[in-house]
Amino acid sequence: MGIELQNITKKFTGYTALDNISLNVASGELVALLGPSGCGKTTLLRIIAGLELPDAGKIILENKDTTNLPPREKNVGFVFQHYALFRRLTVFENVAFGLKVLPRKERPSRTEIRDRVEHLLKMVQMEWALKRYPSQLSGGQRQRVALARALAVNPKVLLLDEPFSALDAKVRQELRRWLRKLHDEIHVTSIFVTHDQEEALELADRIVVINKGKIEQLGTPQEVYDHPANAFVYNFLGNVNVFHGRIKNGKVTLGSHHVDAPDELKHAEEKPSQAFVRPHEIGISRIRSSETDLTGTIREVRLMGGQIGLNLACEGFDHSIDAEIPRELYINLELAKGSTVFVSLNRVRVFTGDYVI
Amino acid sequence: MLKEPTSETAPIVKKRVSDPLPIRVVLIGVMLLFFIGFIFLPLGLVFAQAFQKGWAFYLESITESYALEAVKLTLTTVAIVVPLNAFFGVTAAWAITKFNFAGKAALKTLLDLPFAVSPVIAGLIFVLLVGSRTPFGSWLGEHGIKIIFSTPGIVIATLFVTFPFVVRELIPLMEAQGRDEEEAALTLGARGWQIFGKITLPNISLGLLYGMILCGARSIGEFGAVSVVSGHIRGQTNTVPLHVEILYSEYNFAASFAVASILVFLALLTVTLKVAMEKQFQKNSFHH
Repeated sequence: MGIELQNITKKFTGYTALDNISLNVASGELVALLGPSGCGKTTLLRIIAGLELPDAGKIILENKDTTNLPPREKNVGFVFQHYALFRRLTVFENVAFGLKVLPRKERPSRTEIRDRVEHLLKMVQMEWALKRYPSQLSGGQRQRVALARALAVNPKVLLLDEPFSALDAKVRQELRRWLRKLHDEIHVTSIFVTHDQEEALELADRIVVINKGKIEQLGTPQEVYDHPANAFVYNFLGNVNVFHGRIKNGKVTLGSHHVDAPDELKHAEEKPSQAFVRPHEIGISRIRSSETDLTGTIREVRLMGGQIGLNLACEGFDHSIDAEIPRELYINLELAKGSTVFVSLNRVRVFTGDYVI
Repeated sequence: MLKEPTSETAPIVKKRVSDPLPIRVVLIGVMLLFFIGFIFLPLGLVFAQAFQKGWAFYLESITESYALEAVKLTLTTVAIVVPLNAFFGVTAAWAITKFNFAGKAALKTLLDLPFAVSPVIAGLIFVLLVGSRTPFGSWLGEHGIKIIFSTPGIVIATLFVTFPFVVRELIPLMEAQGRDEEEAALTLGARGWQIFGKITLPNISLGLLYGMILCGARSIGEFGAVSVVSGHIRGQTNTVPLHVEILYSEYNFAASFAVASILVFLALLTVTLKVAMEKQFQKNSFHH
């Protein structure tokens, strides 16, 4: 097992950052800690690295209990959100740092260090920048150097704290694909922290959704996206329309409409419920195809790249509904602001529970 | 990637937004008057007075044995005070910016105390603490250690008065730099002294030097606190500023201003060093 976390708890004055977290990460796996800011994900990462100490619990890296080891002896690579490159050192010296601070006995020779640094920089496509200073590099380049620096010490575990969040959208996407490719080549057990669900879904082997210091769900991107465990996870993984209603006799009320309750709630007693529909799971048509279709009017049209966002006022609903349809469909149906359409809610998810959006 | 602007892009016409003429004239005028009245004129007067009795007298005044002793004592004090305050300053700034502990805010406020307290009071504090009439002072005296009315007293008083320079220079700098680089070094396996030597110290080096220059300048010029603890023994516990004052009170104006001109030279040297360092800093400005 690459990383085993057992019952990690961490309290700061006034709140609990991590509440009894247990998590196993297999060797070579790439796992995302996903959650809103302040949910404790960065604290968890810092605890694994030894930059913070847990109040309770155990951290086992490669079958070795490292809970009380100082960061120096943990042998983890850490990549910081704002790169944290050594500003007074060149790119070469930055990457060589972890090797040069080794005790004399363990330190590789100068030529070995040189070879290793050059190899790593080649791997992150930064070999041309050996003699540059961090301030002379762009954000994406700095983060790649930071990654090479973290990998220089042959870490057992690679930890990345929001590694792409300080970069602009285009670079972020490029670097993310590149990191996935790199991980497929070097297979170092990795955990990265993110608040960006897209990043987690695209990059990770498994996703750990965290909220308020607790794990809400753990699974592959597919599992988490298709079968969210609760309303929080569903909401956090993408845009949603929320309908507050009641569940009664196996039916859920949505405004003035009813839909069948999901199987596990078929025989539930009457109680408040929340129904969710993702904007792209809403069907728009000029022809009524089913009795359950809603009648709506387009109030707003938003261009969103390949998709068109529609804001609809539907009969019987207090709140407007957001839908996303392909651009082609939008053109074929000759839609415009003010058009009257029929709206079908294709995939409704119902949750009853405390979580309220 | 951003594309370079193409050649078709219209050239940007540089038009400076500026305050109206009268405001500029008034501002520049006030500044010039201030400079003339408070800097150029006094400086000129110092030299005019110093050379009042000619070159020969000037040279004699500054090479006379008491004057040389005073210069020696002042430079000795600076040579002890600046490294010590650099050390204390780095330690205090390090503790305050890199760690969280109880009473941190109070400590940060207290660091300014030497600036807030009148130097005379600062001198008196040490007389009351280690003067020969106090238990501690008499105990020291019995063991042949003399602090007040001797060089150690002057050094201690100067240390106190000039303590804030380095710390105050470093704290904002270290706060702005944060702990990221140190933490990165920590995860890469560096030990405390390696982190300090390879990361922290190079990052703060210019600020530290700047603080040391200011600290040195103030050490050279310190009068009040030193005056209280020195005892004004000519040739023994007289620093340059004290010597200037003694000569002046003896109506020996030309000699007094001649010695004072040494202080002016040292001050100009400090300013030059500071400017040189600022240039250096601009050249190596590593910003993120």
